[in-house]
Amino acid sequence: MDLNRRRFLQFLGMGAVGTVSVSAAAAESSSLEDASGGYGVLVDTTECIGCRKCEYACNREHRLTDLPLERYEDTSVFETERWLQANAYTVVNRFPNPEDEAKPVFVKSQCLHCLDPACASACLVGALQRQENGAVTYDAWKCMGCRYCMVACPFQVPAYEYDNALTPQVRKCTLCATRTAQEGGLPACVEMCPQNCLTYGKRSELLALAHEKIDGNPELYEDHVYGETEAGGTSWLYLAARPFTELKFQEIGPEPIPRLTETIQHSIFKFGALPLMLYGMLGAVMRIARSGHGGHVETTAEEEVS
Amino acid sequence: MAADITYAPVQRRFFTPGVCVLLALMATAMALAVYRFIFGLESVTNLTNQYPWGLWIGVDVATGVALAAGGFTTSALAHIFHRKRFEAVVRPALLTAMLGYTFVGLGLMLDLGRYYNIWHPAWPTMWQGNSVLFEVGMCVMAYLTVLYSEFAPIVCERFIGRVNLPGRLASWNGTVDRMLRSVNGTLGRVMFLLIIAGVVLSCMHQSSLGALMLIAPYKMHALWYTPILPLLFLMSAIAVGYPMVVFESMLASRSFGRKPEMDVLTPLSAFIPIFLGIYLVTKTADLLMRDVYPLVFEGSFQSFMFLLEMGGGVVLPFAMLLSSRMRRSPRMLFSASMLVVLGVLVNRINVFLVAYRPPRAESAYIPSVAEVLITAGLIATLMLVYRVMVTLFPVLPKEHPAALPGEN
Ligand code: SF4
Ligand code: SF4
Repeated sequence: MDLNRRRFLQFLGMGAVGTVSVSAAAAESSSLEDASGGYGVLVDTTECIGCRKCEYACNREHRLTDLPLERYEDTSVFETERWLQANAYTVVNRFPNPEDEAKPVFVKSQCLHCLDPACASACLVGALQRQENGAVTYDAWKCMGCRYCMVACPFQVPAYEYDNALTPQVRKCTLCATRTAQEGGLPACVEMCPQNCLTYGKRSELLALAHEKIDGNPELYEDHVYGETEAGGTSWLYLAARPFTELKFQEIGPEPIPRLTETIQHSIFKFGALPLMLYGMLGAVMRIARSGHGGHVETTAEEEVS
Repeated sequence: MAADITYAPVQRRFFTPGVCVLLALMATAMALAVYRFIFGLESVTNLTNQYPWGLWIGVDVATGVALAAGGFTTSALAHIFHRKRFEAVVRPALLTAMLGYTFVGLGLMLDLGRYYNIWHPAWPTMWQGNSVLFEVGMCVMAYLTVLYSEFAPIVCERFIGRVNLPGRLASWNGTVDRMLRSVNGTLGRVMFLLIIAGVVLSCMHQSSLGALMLIAPYKMHALWYTPILPLLFLMSAIAVGYPMVVFESMLASRSFGRKPEMDVLTPLSAFIPIFLGIYLVTKTADLLMRDVYPLVFEGSFQSFMFLLEMGGGVVLPFAMLLSSRMRRSPRMLFSASMLVVLGVLVNRINVFLVAYRPPRAESAYIPSVAEVLITAGLIATLMLVYRVMVTLFPVLPKEHPAALPGEN
């Protein structure tokens, strides 16, 4: 809110009032990272062996499918690229490794839990919201099913239950908000992962860890933590040995996605300034036109040409 | 609005072959709608996780709102700028806007997964002021209320002094009459406030509709993704207002075998090239300033659709309507107006569907037959209701006794 207000005032170029709230707002939230005391997960894709145990854990936790664990050993699923579905909050994909054929790259995908989530900014009833701890959660009771959140998400995450006629839901990773609310609770996928691939923790600490890893082994890692700046930063962070575009990560700039719409929205409508001005102007025109033109017929350009 | 013009219900045979076609389309759409509510969106639409918005949002909702712009543009002209000679088109345009927005609501109900929650944005605890869609929703709801209030006096006019309830209810005639008179009187006193509010609300949500897609910068084709998209939407809505009025007025005249009201439509159409010109200049400047004009000729489907939208829907009718001879010819005026209407339709489809290129999509979205039939059925039903309304209420100007049957 403060950020928007600041932009609104800047937009109108208000002097004195503006400066006060600008400095107040700036002190509060100069950047998104500072504002987020939230948690997240660091995914080190170099550690992933593609066992899909995270998929199993997630599907069980959220009662998405009840396939037994053995079925996840089936590696034929890697032949086609899969993506998130209403009944799959996370999927693991395999990508060839041009440097070492025998060591393909596995990437787990799910909602990245953006610091400034486009989905939540888009939702007109506040059904999607970012929680204090970083999780972007969904309240089906509020949702009206307009699917604007799906249009907004730059990572193409939310999926919809199109086959449900009465109570369809927007479906995506919840960061196991109910589990992590408990002391020491971990997201189901993180708990299940047999490798050193998923680390749950404070985002700031995860970032430090990620850079430590890169610095410790610059030969192995790409010098880029995906999610550090993408879309203004995300709670899930990735390390990889290959360029991220090769692994089908979206190329997203550092600007938070909702910036533009929120700026337009708040600069024009926040205090109703523009609509009220328009209202007043039209009122004045109406008065003048009525008194001026009384009853007699006006001659205007459009009459002359016709 | 004391006008020297008198309105009267149309007296014509209701059933014509055209009406039967409309009825058939309506019945098909109704059956499909029932199917959709029982079996869900998947059973009738081609929507996917990658393409969550399809034909219904692009046409029924976005284009529906744009084409209802005749309502606020004519009411601004006749009532705010006080050009009384255009009074004759205000009522039909108001009726179209009222029905148009009602059908936008119906189309939206079909599209919403949880349609029964459609009232949620109005509930203060769920207000989400960051959302462009919230602003659109609130404005549309408010504007719909304004439209119904603006139309209410027309209903009152029809019945005041003529209340004639059947049988036992007849003893209530006097009371109902007094009620109508008081509603009419109250509305009459605040009407100027409502008229201005209608124009302001229209400007707000017409532009906000354009802001909707700005939240998807990485999915939108650069030809349409511009920060001034809201402004362009407002300008094109204003530009399509009068063409839409001309288009439907001439359609109605023809269908009812009346003479086209060229004495009003020709001067009204003199505004069209002005608005189209402003739009054209703004749109061109935007392309040049963002340096994306080479994309116009990139040869892709998107570039083709862009050329179609701008060439057929803006440049051509602009050039046609510059000539006053064309504006006086019913046939030419009708064609040019229809081009503008189709141009806006293509533009809205382009912004919401063609420009939208999501990652991870396996195949492009093409609407299903059922989606198309439902959209066609909604339009058909709208036309039928319009026909019923103008035969019941004094919406169209009273016919000249000497009127010839349609000449066009
Ligand atoms: S990745 Fe998409 S769904 Fe997840 S928080 Fe970000 S915008 Fe929302
Ligand atoms: S589909 Fe539901 S959660 Fe998504 S934007 Fe619409 S109301 Fe919000």
